[in-house]
Amino acid sequence: MASSKFININLKIWRQKNAKEKGKIETYKLDNVSIESSFLEMLDQLNEQLVSERQEPVAFDHDCREGICGMCSLFINGRAHGPDTGITTCQLHMRMFKNNDTIYVEPWRSKAFPVIKDLVVDRTAFDRIQQAGGFVSVNTSGNTIDANATPVPKHDADRAFEAAACIGCGACVATCKNGSAMLFVGAKVSQYALLPQGKVEATQRVLNMVRQMDEEGFGNCTNTGACEVECPKGISLENIARMNREYLAASLK
Amino acid sequence: MSLDSKIPEGHISEKWTNHKDHLNLVAPNNRPKIDVIVVGTGLAGASAAASLGEMGYNVKAFCFQDSPRRAHSIAAQGGINAAKNYQNDGDSIYRLFYDTIKGGDYRAREANVHRLAEVSGNIIDQCVAQGVPFARDYGGLLDNRSFGGTQVQRTFYAAGQTGQQLLLGAYSALSRQIGLGRVEMFNRHEMLDLVKVDGKARGIIARNLITGEIERHSAHAVIIASGGYGNVYFLSTNAMGSNVTAAWKIHKQGAYFANPCYVQIHPTCIPVHGTNQSKLTLMSESLRNSGRIWVPKKKEDAEAIRAGKLKPTQIAEEDRDYYLERRYPAFGNLVPRDVASRAAKERCDAGYGIEANDTNEGVYLDFASEIKSKGRQTAYAQGNHHPTDEEVIKLGKQWVEEKYGNLFQMYEKITDENPYETPMKIYPAVHYTMGGVWVDYNLQSTIPGCFVAGEANFSDHGANRLGASALMQGLADGYFVLPYTVSNYLADEIRTGKIATNTPEFDEAEKRVKDSINFFLNNNGTKSVDHFHKALGNIMWNKVGMGRNEKGLSEAVEEIDALRKEFYKEVYVPGSADELNPELEKALRVADFMELGQLMAMDGLQRKESCGGHFREEYQDAEGETLRDDENFKFVGAWEYHGSDINKEVLHKEELNYEFIKIAARNYK
Repeated sequence: MASSKFININLKIWRQKNAKEKGKIETYKLDNVSIESSFLEMLDQLNEQLVSERQEPVAFDHDCREGICGMCSLFINGRAHGPDTGITTCQLHMRMFKNNDTIYVEPWRSKAFPVIKDLVVDRTAFDRIQQAGGFVSVNTSGNTIDANATPVPKHDADRAFEAAACIGCGACVATCKNGSAMLFVGAKVSQYALLPQGKVEATQRVLNMVRQMDEEGFGNCTNTGACEVECPKGISLENIARMNREYLAASLK
Repeated sequence: MSLDSKIPEGHISEKWTNHKDHLNLVAPNNRPKIDVIVVGTGLAGASAAASLGEMGYNVKAFCFQDSPRRAHSIAAQGGINAAKNYQNDGDSIYRLFYDTIKGGDYRAREANVHRLAEVSGNIIDQCVAQGVPFARDYGGLLDNRSFGGTQVQRTFYAAGQTGQQLLLGAYSALSRQIGLGRVEMFNRHEMLDLVKVDGKARGIIARNLITGEIERHSAHAVIIASGGYGNVYFLSTNAMGSNVTAAWKIHKQGAYFANPCYVQIHPTCIPVHGTNQSKLTLMSESLRNSGRIWVPKKKEDAEAIRAGKLKPTQIAEEDRDYYLERRYPAFGNLVPRDVASRAAKERCDAGYGIEANDTNEGVYLDFASEIKSKGRQTAYAQGNHHPTDEEVIKLGKQWVEEKYGNLFQMYEKITDENPYETPMKIYPAVHYTMGGVWVDYNLQSTIPGCFVAGEANFSDHGANRLGASALMQGLADGYFVLPYTVSNYLADEIRTGKIATNTPEFDEAEKRVKDSINFFLNNNGTKSVDHFHKALGNIMWNKVGMGRNEKGLSEAVEEIDALRKEFYKEVYVPGSADELNPELEKALRVADFMELGQLMAMDGLQRKESCGGHFREEYQDAEGETLRDDENFKFVGAWEYHGSDINKEVLHKEELNYEFIKIAARNYK
C-alpha cells in the first residue's frame, strides 16, 4: 500500500554477533516507510518490527542525528553515508530511495576499524592519533594573553576553521581503497599549522600524529580523492598536501 | 537537612576572588595520591577532566559514546557569550550578570551568575590559546554577534558550529592529558550507580557497553557532568543517547534535585513531520539576528498555505503579521527563547499556524529582508552604488551563506526546501533543562564529594537560559570553578589513601545495578522500550510543556505513575547482559526518565506562578505575559528522594536573595 509518501523496501544488512564471530548479510522487508523519515528513523522502524517479532534488533552507532557528532557510520549501497553528498547517514532521507528498492547496509570496512557488533565499529584509533599530538600544550590558567592580542588573518582563520570542521566519522577511511586516514590527520595538522597558537609545536605534532597513524594500521594515500568526495563536511585534499609539506619540513629539521 | 548555599560574604564583585583566595589547596606532591572520577565529556566534563589532570590528580573520565569528542555539546550552534566589550557597545561584567539574571526571570542565584560573568572573558582567552578557530573580521580580530535577551554584541562564534569547535578544544586538552597518562578514558561506559562510603561519594558502578561487564571504580571525589534531561519528552533537540541516569542515580543516593520543572522550549526548530520522528533539529537562535518571524494576518491565508494552495512568498507584506516585532518592539525578533516560543504557540493556537502536519504548528522565519539589505550593503562596500536587484540578491545570499551556510544546508537536507528562496518553517521544541541537581556555590551536591557541573546542575540560568550561555557555563564550571572547589574538598583527603572496591558499599551498589539489568532482561513483556518512552513524551509535552495548568499537571502525575507500573509489567528487552545491547541501555534510561517526569509535574504543580520557561496558564497578565509571585515563590525548589514512590519526595526551599539587582517584572517591550 505504498502511497507517494510511503515506500516499501528490501534491506540487506550486515549482521555480526561480536568481534570474534563471522558475520553475514541478512535480508529484511520493511513496509510503509515515510519518505520524510531519515535513514536512521527507517532503521528505528525496522528495529521496532524486529523487537515485536522477538528478534534481535540491528545495532548501529548514532547520537546527535543532526550531522555533527560523527557517531553514525554506515556504508549504504556501496557509499559511505549513502547516496547523497555533504551529509552524514543521519541526514540521509528516505526520499532518496524509490518504492521496492533493495538497500545494502554495511559497517565501515577497514582494518583499523574492527567491527564490534553488526554495524558498529571501533574508531578509537582516531582518539589515539589525537592523543599523540592533536592539541596545543597550554594549561588551563585563565591568565593566557587576551584573545585579541594576537590578530590572525581572516583567510588563515577561515582555512583553519574549515579543517577543524572534521567530525571524525571515519567516512574518509571507509571509502579509501587503502584505508588511509590522511584526510582526518591532515585536517587536524592543518588546523593548528594555520594558526599562530599551533605553530610552536608544529614539528613535533606532525611527526607524532603520523607515527601513531601508521602504528594504527591505516594505509597510505595514493591521491585518488575518494575521501574528499565522501567527506560529509567537505574537508579538502589540500589538507593532505599541507600535512605532507609539514611532515617533510619536520623530517628535515 | 537544611540547604546551605555557601555563598561567600562581601560585595558581589569580590565574592569569588575572596573565596578563591581562601580555599584550601592540595600540594603538587600529594595530588597523584588522589583519584577523581568525571562522568560525561561534554564541555563541563572534558574541561574539568583536562584541568584536574593537568593539576596532577589521577582522573578517570567516562562517556557512553564511542569517543569523548561526541558529547552533545558538539551540537551547540550559535555561540558563547563573554563580557569582553570588543565591540565597544557598552558591555561589562555587570551587564552580562544583569542580563542573565533578568533572562532567567529572577530565579537564579546572584553570586553564581556573577562568577560566571567574571570568568567569561577567561574562557575566550583560553579557547583561543588552544587553537579554537573563532570567526574573525578582516582586521584579524574576533567577531561578535547578538543573541536573544541582550542589547549588546557579546557572542563569539564559529559559523553555526561553535559548540563543535569549543568541544573539540576541550577534547584536545583532554586528549593531551590522556596521552600523558594523567587521565584514563573509558569510552562506551555508562555510569549506573553512585557508591557512598560513610556518607561521602567514593566511586561509581559503570557498565562497559561493549562487553556488558559491570565495573567498580573508586575515587575521592565524583564529578557528574552528564548533561540535561530534555529527552524525558522523547522528542527534543538532544542527542538520542542524552539521558538523566547519572544525575538521577545520585538523586536517589541523596542529592537533591532542583527546579525540575524549568525546561527551555526553543523557538526555532524544524517542525515535526510524522510519528516515526526520532528527534527534532534546532535552527540556531543566531538566525534571529537576520530572520524575521511571521505568520499570515488572515486565517484564510494560513489555511490556504496549509492546503498547499498558496506559497509564503505570495503573501503581500501588509498581510504578514511579524508578531514579535509587533508585541516586543524594543527587542523584536531577539526576545528571549521562552517569550518567542510562547508567542509562536499563541499564534498557532489561534489558528494561524502554517505547517501541514497533524497540529498545524509552524511559523515562518524569513530571510528575504536581510538578503536585500545585506546585499545592498555589500554592493556599496564594493563600490557599486547602483546595483541591480539581481546583484543585490546574489550578494545578499552570499553574505547569508557565509554567516549561516551550514544551517541552511542542514535545513534543506531535512526538509527538501531551499531557505534562500522560501522562508524556513519553524516551531518550538524541547531544548535545554535549567533544572538539575542542586549544588552549592562550590558546585557540590548535598552528597559530600559529589560535584555536579554544566547542564546537569541547576545553578546559573534560573527559569530560562539566554542563548549562548550554556557553552559559557559548561566551560566556566570545568575550567575555572571545579579545579578550585574540588581541590578545596580534596585537601582533607590527602591521608585517606586508595579507596578499596571490595567493600559492602560497592557490593550493594553493584547488586542494585545487576538486579535492575536482570529484571529487564527477564521481564515477560510484549512492548518495546520506545513505545513507553513515546507515551511518556506525549504526557510530558501535552501537560508539562509550554503551557501548564493545575488540572493537566495533576493528571500528568497520575498518568506517569500508571505508565511506570505498566512499563515494568509490559516492557520487553531482547538480548543478553554480556554484549552490546542498545535496547537494554534504553530501558535503564527510560526507567529513570519515568521517575523524573513525575517529579517534574509535581514541581510544576507546586510552583503556583509563571516564570521563564514555566508558564502556568492561571498566572498571566492581561497581555499573556508571565506573572511571577515573588512573595511566595522566590525560592529554589529542591526535592529529596524518599523511596520508589515519587509522590513521597520532599520539597526543600532555598530562598533567593537579590542584593545587587533590583528584582522587577521582566519587560522586553
